[in-house]
Amino acid sequence: MTLTSESIREVILAGIHQIAPEAELESLNDDAEFRRELEIDSFDFLRLLVFVNESLKVEFPEADYGGLTSVAKLVKYVDKKLSVSKSAGDGDKTQVTS
Amino acid sequence: MPSLGADMQEATLVKWLVKPGDRIKRGQVIGEVDTAKGVIDLECFQEGIVENILVTEGQTVPVGDALLSLATDDQPLASCASESASSSINKQGVGHSIEQTSQKNETAVPGLVEKGTLKNTTRTAADQTSREKKSSESAQETEITEMSNGSVGAANATSRPKASPLARRRAEELGIDLATVTTARVDHTIGIEDVERAVPRRTTVTAGKDPDASRLALRTAIAAAMSKSKSEIPHYYLQTSINMQKALAWLEQENKKRSLNDRLLPALLLIKAVARALVEVPQLNGYWVDGQFRPSDKVHVGFAIAMKGGGLVAPAIHDVGVKSIDQLRSDLYDLVPRARVGRLRSSEMTDATITITNMGDLGVESVFGIIYPPQVALVGFGKVLDRPWVEAGELCVRPIVTASLSADHRATDGLIGARFLDSLGQLLQEPQSL
Repeated sequence: MTLTSESIREVILAGIHQIAPEAELESLNDDAEFRRELEIDSFDFLRLLVFVNESLKVEFPEADYGGLTSVAKLVKYVDKKLSVSKSAGDGDKTQVTS
Repeated sequence: MPSLGADMQEATLVKWLVKPGDRIKRGQVIGEVDTAKGVIDLECFQEGIVENILVTEGQTVPVGDALLSLATDDQPLASCASESASSSINKQGVGHSIEQTSQKNETAVPGLVEKGTLKNTTRTAADQTSREKKSSESAQETEITEMSNGSVGAANATSRPKASPLARRRAEELGIDLATVTTARVDHTIGIEDVERAVPRRTTVTAGKDPDASRLALRTAIAAAMSKSKSEIPHYYLQTSINMQKALAWLEQENKKRSLNDRLLPALLLIKAVARALVEVPQLNGYWVDGQFRPSDKVHVGFAIAMKGGGLVAPAIHDVGVKSIDQLRSDLYDLVPRARVGRLRSSEMTDATITITNMGDLGVESVFGIIYPPQVALVGFGKVLDRPWVEAGELCVRPIVTASLSADHRATDGLIGARFLDSLGQLLQEPQSL
């Protein structure tokens, strides 16, 4: 599976739209803290991760939640994870090249 | 005209939001009054059909004067039925099982509706409606939208054209100003056919739910419940700090074993711990009805959920006391999205025996909530924060949550409340047994 950052971003925005349908995503800055901006609580955040997980098969260990504060960071995180699993197959993290 | 403050002598009725023939639901805003303190939404806590509007818009009336008369018997909308049978949906929509039987045929609402003859004035509209339904053994669960929709909108008319009740109702549904409708009837009373004919003249016909109206209805319901609570319930408040280290450590370990979808949020442990603590201190679990506390043998936790458009609902998670943490998880994860889109069941709206408000997602350290009548307690949690803490004489840093209790002093005293918070704190030290 090869996914561009842009298509990862699309998936994430679709996930945000699902949990916050009223949010105007066009005006959402990729670097903004979207949880604060869109009043997404921990429950909705979990739903968002589940959505991304189901769409892109990316795992999110709980310890990483705290770093996923903006769309840009989420895209980067997912991108990295996907490239790791692609190059390593079994998810060996030593293979990361960014 | 109700007294909207001890210093109020009179007020001007600015706008009616109901008209003759309208069915009023408990807690509905029926009009706006202009007082020295600004324009205030006038709520009605009696149910019935508006018979006569006794005060015209713009009229100033002293406190205590009747504003409208309400037919509150259980005769099925006699005035409405005369028009035609075509709108049976309307009649059904309001439900006939909710009528009080102990009432007189007609009550002039002396503005101050809480003085009414009803027994159960402490309850909110939604509450009352479904409680009555339940007592009539109706197992049917209705969508909450039915209750919150109300008929608050369509505040038309400075002058009030003559129209049949059915026509008014239809006009309200369609968002049509009756002043723009003409009729060929000899008595100049606008009929439903006139309203239907008026539809194409509008450039836009509002279809479906109006989000603003729903929001207003929700706001109104909250306002009614909270005002009643604060005016009738003598709250007392307690708070304590609870060390969450063991609970969070357990959660972390547990979540490592779980797939994303099955992970547990800290809120689940808090809810479960509250339910367990209530088993030990049952005096806080139940209702205050007819001047006495009625304990509930089951713990149905109302969980406050913020709505995206503003406002909140606190639907009940049933039987939390006997549910496993995973059952609770799936219940909560099912409940929250439904609550957000207004797809709750009436039982969820009415069954809660206690409410929990969890402000942990925001930076709030503690919250002292307002009890949701007829419940007698509300438990509040703030954000879990790393704080200095003393353990075995040593200063250390621990994740601490501030738990608060708002309780009804009519039902319990501070000692009971203290026992509850103590229990809660103890239970959270043994997360694996929750």
